[in-house]
Amino acid sequence: MLEYKMPSLGADMASGSLREWRVKPGDRIKKGDIIAEIETQKGIIEIEVFEDGVIGELLVKVDELVPVGTSMATILTEEEAAGKRPAPAEAPREEKPAEAPAPAGSTTETLPHHIRASPLARRIAEEKGIDIATIQGTGPEGAILREDVEHAIAAQAAPAAGKAAVEHAAVPEEVTPEKPAPPVAEEKPIPAAATAQSIRMAVAAAMSKSNREVPHYYLETKIDMSKALAWLADTNGQRPVKERLLPAVLLIKAVAKALNDVPALNAWWENGLQLKESIHIGYVVALRTGGIMVPAIHDTDTKSVEELMLALNDLIPRARALRLRSSELADSTITVTSLGEGGVETVYGVIYPPQVALVGFGGITEQPWSENGMLTVRPVLTATLAADHRASDGSTGSRFLTAIKNYLQQPEKL
Amino acid sequence: MTQEEIKQALVQRLKSIAPDTEPGQLQPDDNIRQTLGIDSFDYLQFIVALDEQFGIETPEEDYGRIQTMRELTDYIAARVKS
Repeated sequence: MLEYKMPSLGADMASGSLREWRVKPGDRIKKGDIIAEIETQKGIIEIEVFEDGVIGELLVKVDELVPVGTSMATILTEEEAAGKRPAPAEAPREEKPAEAPAPAGSTTETLPHHIRASPLARRIAEEKGIDIATIQGTGPEGAILREDVEHAIAAQAAPAAGKAAVEHAAVPEEVTPEKPAPPVAEEKPIPAAATAQSIRMAVAAAMSKSNREVPHYYLETKIDMSKALAWLADTNGQRPVKERLLPAVLLIKAVAKALNDVPALNAWWENGLQLKESIHIGYVVALRTGGIMVPAIHDTDTKSVEELMLALNDLIPRARALRLRSSELADSTITVTSLGEGGVETVYGVIYPPQVALVGFGGITEQPWSENGMLTVRPVLTATLAADHRASDGSTGSRFLTAIKNYLQQPEKL
Repeated sequence: MTQEEIKQALVQRLKSIAPDTEPGQLQPDDNIRQTLGIDSFDYLQFIVALDEQFGIETPEEDYGRIQTMRELTDYIAARVKS
């Protein structure tokens, strides 16, 4: 039997709220199947399983806040399921706090055990500054449930509103004396401003961690894009509008091929350097309301430029709608950001931990260019590398940028 | 198809591609991409949708001529007629 645990969808994620189970006990699942939707600071994410098997028990309930690493469900092998198949209609078990794992460092651990309360109820009570011992529980054996805490909050709404406690970043709420605090976990649909705020906080957490912990070094090179742009214009002229390519796919593919040559930058730094076999490039998508999403393009190096274009056409709208899958948020092995459309020439990026490198592309601008003793004008792109000096050195970064430059001189081979 | 009908269709398309923008407030000479913050991916989707809706084919070299609502409306009106 395996336990499916709340995945970490980035260095900045501490927990997620279960929004919906897509499976029930007894359902057969295959690797890659979506089993649930969770709400995080980065929107509602579909989470996938990484094993084949049969769902045993669902261990958390809808609307429960689940810390990263907490068991969410059991997954049985076919043999186990044949011997012990739960009734298909079985509901998630009632929450029993004495058995439920509490998040590390949570004050719930210090609460007396004789007060029976669900982890979610404890958290809400803690956030709202309500003494859980004063709440009458209506759950099994008098356990205090989320609803009980919400009733207590509603009863105290007027006096509590004036001294609103600091809210969890994932559920920012506007609290004014005229507007009592609404119960947590009833925030569907989430207001756009709250979503933007929560994404901002997620980006802030990840970037602060990076700046605090990662010793960055930066390299930059200028790339003559005349061959790449000529090839693009030519191929796009022969394609129907639906199949046209954008320069970004050439840049992404060149990075993927360069990583095959210099694998030291396709890695995570987690208790030391961990080289990654697969190349999953995270592509930065800017949200118009502020903030960014960085979905992974899985196995970037094995995709053709046409497949990369299709992948981006799928990922970018879903990233903007905050509808990404867990693997798309969690798997990136390096990040590529292209800010050229805004008109900047050079990007000095901040690495997204635990990755060890970020490639930044500026805009393509016409610039004086000398070659073979001749001065001419060429479309020029500035590519930068921000890399983690714990994981690599300048000579490695230099080989990598040079490889990108070389691949972009042979666009037909990308 | 009148210019006004084309404009309404453009606004609808922009709204469906970039739901968090207000294309209805675009002035005739506003640069569509810059004003709404639409990147090249969204813009390509927009062109694909327009080509399908109006039964036209917009070559890449024409992108530079269709940056404002006025330019785009005129461009489509001329092609739909012809």
